[in-house]
Amino acid sequence: MLALRGERLDKTYGAGDNRVVALSDVTLGVEAGEVAALLGPSGSGKSTLLTTLGLLQLPDRGSVWLAGREVVVGGRALADLSALRRSQIGFVFQKANLVPFLSALENVMVAFEINGQRGRVARRHALDLLGYLGLADRADHRPDELSGGQQQRVAIARALAMSPPLVLADEPTAALDGARSRDVMLLFRRIAHERGTAVVVVTHDHRVLDAFDTVHEMEDGVLAPPRAQGRPLTTPAHLPPP
Amino acid sequence: MNLAYLDLRHQLRRFVATAFGLGLLFAIVLAMGGIYRGMVEDAVVLVERSGADLWLVQRGTRGPFAERSTVPAVLEDRARAVAGVAWAHPFSSFTLEPEHAGRSLRLTLVGLGWPDDRGASIGVTRGRALERSRGEIVVDASLGLALGETLTLGDDPYRVVGLGAGLVASGGDPLGFVTHADLERIQSYLAADARRALPPGDGDAAPSGPQAILVRVAPGTSVAAVRGRFASFTDVDVYSQSDERSFLLEGVVDKARRQIGLFRGLLALVSGIVVSLVVFNMTVAKTREIALLKLMGARTRLIVSMIVQQALLLSVLAYGVAFAASQVAFGLFPRRVVVGPEELAGVFVLAVGIALVASLAAVRRALQIPPTTILAG
Repeated sequence: MLALRGERLDKTYGAGDNRVVALSDVTLGVEAGEVAALLGPSGSGKSTLLTTLGLLQLPDRGSVWLAGREVVVGGRALADLSALRRSQIGFVFQKANLVPFLSALENVMVAFEINGQRGRVARRHALDLLGYLGLADRADHRPDELSGGQQQRVAIARALAMSPPLVLADEPTAALDGARSRDVMLLFRRIAHERGTAVVVVTHDHRVLDAFDTVHEMEDGVLAPPRAQGRPLTTPAHLPPP
Repeated sequence: MNLAYLDLRHQLRRFVATAFGLGLLFAIVLAMGGIYRGMVEDAVVLVERSGADLWLVQRGTRGPFAERSTVPAVLEDRARAVAGVAWAHPFSSFTLEPEHAGRSLRLTLVGLGWPDDRGASIGVTRGRALERSRGEIVVDASLGLALGETLTLGDDPYRVVGLGAGLVASGGDPLGFVTHADLERIQSYLAADARRALPPGDGDAAPSGPQAILVRVAPGTSVAAVRGRFASFTDVDVYSQSDERSFLLEGVVDKARRQIGLFRGLLALVSGIVVSLVVFNMTVAKTREIALLKLMGARTRLIVSMIVQQALLLSVLAYGVAFAASQVAFGLFPRRVVVGPEELAGVFVLAVGIALVASLAAVRRALQIPPTTILAG
């Protein structure tokens, strides 16, 4: 089943001499449980595609399906996009972007708070997620008390809070060293395979390409046909079991 | 989980310091109102404690609290003869600055209509009212005199036999009460003394009568009916207690009210600007966090409520500081500061109103933050 589909997406910025074509007739599909990479040089349109698929901006033309439901058609929203982002999409960024005045646990609970879920149940779910990502003993630590890799794992926990069918990640390993980058990618694989979540990762990081099921390359707003990957990475011993 | 609270917890010291400073501003707003209310209460003490229903004043004037008024001394007997009058007393007052124990005192002296009026209605809190027709005085405790102490007024000594509280004139000077005969004696002495210092022919003659006659209507008699009977007195105008109260408040106090009102308005404006800037800066400092919340699909009301809650908390905390300051410091003010429940409620409503209005700019700013800000690295 397709968790995400973008069809014939066009997006142009500016006008006249300043006109920039960011997306040109882009079509992309990601299956549930698939980990897909979006590769390409700077200015190739990767971020525009990510924000369009993430319902943060509307395309000029084209459609977006989320979990089998058409939510954008002809560049027009068919649903409350904020509500869809709340419940259907998890975001992970280059920086963890944790709220500095909240603990790791509270940062994860923010996602529940946004969805109107409060109290003990939300707290228990957040703790479960941190445990799932190997951070149970860091729940009460502030972001500045966590390593870069730990911060990124808290951000992933936050993205997974509402069990979304889709996680979009923008250069999530760019600020991490090689070992930690692999850890994060392995986490994405595990999440995708164990929870059936579709994961789309914008990356420049060729060190981790073997973690993806498919690789999509972009250049000048045009998406090349996807390239299937062969051998996936294995789960390292130091990550806790689900 | 309350995001507004968690954010404030993160910057607690700065927040508390800001609330303290803002609280002092609110305290001044509270004090201004209290000073005005104190002025009103002080101003009407004489009128309200006189016990009179009607004031007979010089024809064509509004009485001693508005302008100079002199009535003939015989008016007291004429008034007493009118049907329905329980009593009629002369009223005079003037301000003087006698020397006492090496320091200069300032008080407003009031003459009581001895022997009927000995000052029982003025509210003696320590000692007693007047019992002798000469040489006794009741003063406000704020004058700093002790019971039994002797004060020289004019050329004669006056023994302090009673002390009162809150006995002040409209200008804020403490009141002193002597018999009307004593007051005229002191007034004559001081006038003669002043005339001696002037070239021959200059200077006013000594006052020829009281400033007004106070009339109390007999129980069960209509005040309006008695007032109508005085219409035949062609040499005086008749005013009710409420008229005299209005004359007092329309004069000195009304100007003060407008000035204090303007000052309070400015302070409220400054407070609003302070809250607005603080909340706006707190919002700007959270640009990335707000962008993140929006990107995650947070409802607008969650973000708005976070900002408004912080503004409200700041204002309410500042109000608490102002309230504490009013309890601790206002008693030390040289003039009476009267802060009642209405004043406290009014300033609380003002604080809440300021918080709500002041948070508008911050809310507008927050709503303009694009969620993609968080992707900018």
